[in-house]
Amino acid sequence: MPFSISNDEILETIKMLQTEKLDIRTITMGINIQDCRDSDGTKTGRKIYEKIADYAKNLVKVGDEIEKLYGIPIINKRISVSPVSIVGNGLSSEDMVIIGQYLDKAAQEAGVNFIGGFTALVHKGYSNGDKELIAAIPETLAITERVCASVNVGTTKAGINMDAVYNMGTIIKETAELTGERNGLGCAKLVVFCNAVEDNPFMAGAFHGIGEAESIINIGISGPGVILNVVKKHPDASFGELASIIKNTAFKITRTGELVGRAASARLGVPFGIVDVSLAPTPAVGDSVAEILKSMGLEMVGAHGSTAALALLNDAVKKGGAMASSHVGGLSGAFIPVSEDAGMMESVIAGALNIDKLEAMTSVCSVGLDMIAIPGDTPASTISGIIADEAAIGMINRKTTAVRIIPAPGKKVGDWVEFGGLLGKAPVMAVSQFSSEAFIGRQGRIPAPIHALNN
Amino acid sequence: MSESEKIIITVLGHDQVGIIAMVSTILAEHNINILDISQTILQGFFTMIMIADISGSQLDVGELKKILQEKADPMHLEITVQHEEIFKFMHRI
Repeated sequence: MPFSISNDEILETIKMLQTEKLDIRTITMGINIQDCRDSDGTKTGRKIYEKIADYAKNLVKVGDEIEKLYGIPIINKRISVSPVSIVGNGLSSEDMVIIGQYLDKAAQEAGVNFIGGFTALVHKGYSNGDKELIAAIPETLAITERVCASVNVGTTKAGINMDAVYNMGTIIKETAELTGERNGLGCAKLVVFCNAVEDNPFMAGAFHGIGEAESIINIGISGPGVILNVVKKHPDASFGELASIIKNTAFKITRTGELVGRAASARLGVPFGIVDVSLAPTPAVGDSVAEILKSMGLEMVGAHGSTAALALLNDAVKKGGAMASSHVGGLSGAFIPVSEDAGMMESVIAGALNIDKLEAMTSVCSVGLDMIAIPGDTPASTISGIIADEAAIGMINRKTTAVRIIPAPGKKVGDWVEFGGLLGKAPVMAVSQFSSEAFIGRQGRIPAPIHALNN
Repeated sequence: MSESEKIIITVLGHDQVGIIAMVSTILAEHNINILDISQTILQGFFTMIMIADISGSQLDVGELKKILQEKADPMHLEITVQHEEIFKFMHRI
């Protein structure tokens, strides 16, 4: 077959890769570990370790091969496992911590920087395993390096488990305190979800869902820089034209994810799950979702109109992605983490963006309040209040929402918190000074919304 | 010889004597067949796009890229070597 790609198209691809930082953010291998249960934490942990070592032994090697073959950077290789609360149901929280350490060791052995699945799904209520796992989260995140934890506290179908919301406020505080000398870094590896996605490739919220196959490959692809450049090139485009331009570009980005996913799946002999096309920023200049919103015509992110701009962007990315891949992941859209996006940080410092505007924006972005540092003396009940608000947005709007928030010990509004690497740094943001305590202290569940009754 | 396996080589940089000679010599040494070649000046920069068949070579894409880059560095040229599929996937359904 003759080669039919024009020189312009070749150069467009080269430009995306060389100057616009298009990359595969992650190849995440999901592994079911439910058959690894044994009589205690050590025996169970060892079985999990061995299974991961076996399944993921070629993950990094294959990732590197594909990177060379196609000339596209693959930034991270990661692993997600079945929720540990299910595998460990009946074990104690001490046992859960031991399992966490084995997960950490397995991740190190496989050469991946994060492993997700230290997870409990408690949207309707707690099993014994859920209780023990959640109690083990602060210590596990303090003594391990690569383990990521997540807790699903609500769904549109089940409502919100407010007991879990109450509990997570305290757990987040404890996690921050136990990792206090690292600015509360443990909290950067802990996500509280509503409507958690079972095949999410992105950390810290990835876990291998209970409806998933034995093992699976999920791809997370990014590319804010590519979208930023096309938006910049069309300062006078109408909204319809703008959406169309973003769609076309998201299509091209997602196609590379599809290619890499198929190649990784074939080489590893593991089925291909989904491509998640998410504009996931990094602290690097130009790799910013905030810059895209600004280039649409906002002076700063946080200006009135920011939510509408984000809604247009998020939807256009999804539409482009949906055409490009046979299986598109549920989180596709735009992430708006503060600490990982230079433009977001700039807006916070300028006083343009506060936590209330961010909350509004999460109702139209792909996930939620992400990587936000708040004062270390914030009461647990206020953190629970933030989680409850975010979960309510997710539940009512049938979307995934999440809270990844860091009450940085000893820090106050205006201070900076450094996490390093991809996690970046964040300015400490103000939260409401008024108490949520009596509300959060009520027990039970917020009932599922009326539109859950659709059978 | 196995089925053809096409790669795209691009070279970007300041125009100078011997760019194509350098690339094509290396390709010949490793039994890589050039199928198509085109060059243009883009915003003052020399841009060459070469389509080649690597199926007869012992080298893989990564190794070839390394060899080319070693020669290109002293000439201040930027070289990419990629399997054709990434372009096909991105631009064609």
